[in-house]
Amino acid sequence: MRELSLNIMDIAQNSVRAEASEITIRSIEDTGAKTLTLEVEDNGKGMTEEQIASVTDPFFTTRTTRKVGLGVPLFKMAAEQTGGSFSITSTLGKGTLTAATFQTDSVDMTPLGDINATVSLLINSNPDMDIVFIRSVDDKSFTLDTKQMREMLGDVPLNNPDVALWINSFLEENEKELFGGIDQ
Amino acid sequence: MKSLAELQAIRDKARTQLNIRNENDDNIRVLVGMATCGIAAGARPVLTAFVDECAKRGLENVTVTQTGCIGICQYEPVVEVIVPGEEKVTYVKMDAEKAKKVVNDHLVNRNVVTEYTIGKYSE
Repeated sequence: MRELSLNIMDIAQNSVRAEASEITIRSIEDTGAKTLTLEVEDNGKGMTEEQIASVTDPFFTTRTTRKVGLGVPLFKMAAEQTGGSFSITSTLGKGTLTAATFQTDSVDMTPLGDINATVSLLINSNPDMDIVFIRSVDDKSFTLDTKQMREMLGDVPLNNPDVALWINSFLEENEKELFGGIDQ
Repeated sequence: MKSLAELQAIRDKARTQLNIRNENDDNIRVLVGMATCGIAAGARPVLTAFVDECAKRGLENVTVTQTGCIGICQYEPVVEVIVPGEEKVTYVKMDAEKAKKVVNDHLVNRNVVTEYTIGKYSE
């Protein structure tokens, strides 16, 4: 994976498969401590203790079409190679939280990349699901919450083309604001 | 700055178009493979290109969505196009530029882009 935002897209897909109705994605950057924390939290069906124990094993998968499952192991590797940490906590029937902290000044740090594209596509592909995206850099932050969007949109679906364009502009403008008006 | 209130204007505009959409049931489905293999091979720009291009052209009868791994990881990014009443077409080794051509040729003008299909590739 060339960007951490691609790992996020991959991990979020696990939440979709776990039949979650809501996914929260957090990107928390601390420029002082030089850390980046990425979290994907869902209210899906969760995992058994046995599944949690084996989920970071590349040769474990619930799929039947092939024998490997690389999503979680790749994300874990990306964090640990920077000297960061990785954790996954899950409660059966309640949901799962996948979290990784990266040391951003490590030579092995993978860039975050286009996280906006990840969030935008996730909403577009799963219009019946609620997505909350929270991004912060030090003490500045912004939130995109599809529940708030739904209140405004009524019965118009989240994958309406005009809505998709609005989401892209919203994310772009807020990202710029986060970095003091500088293009990323 | 974008505000949530702007979504109300989008809602009002969309409601006037809703009736047109309900009348035609020839809904084309575009499935982009977005499992770990697809994403690592570059499926995200492909999906973005399909969504943007369809929005730009106002293709109301096309649904672009993501799907999992269909087991041909070596051909990723893989895109399946399903036109009602026709055989499913599987495009392989896709990129954003190829995606735009598929939207133009296949989704709009209904000509399959044979050179990108799996049948052509494995010859």
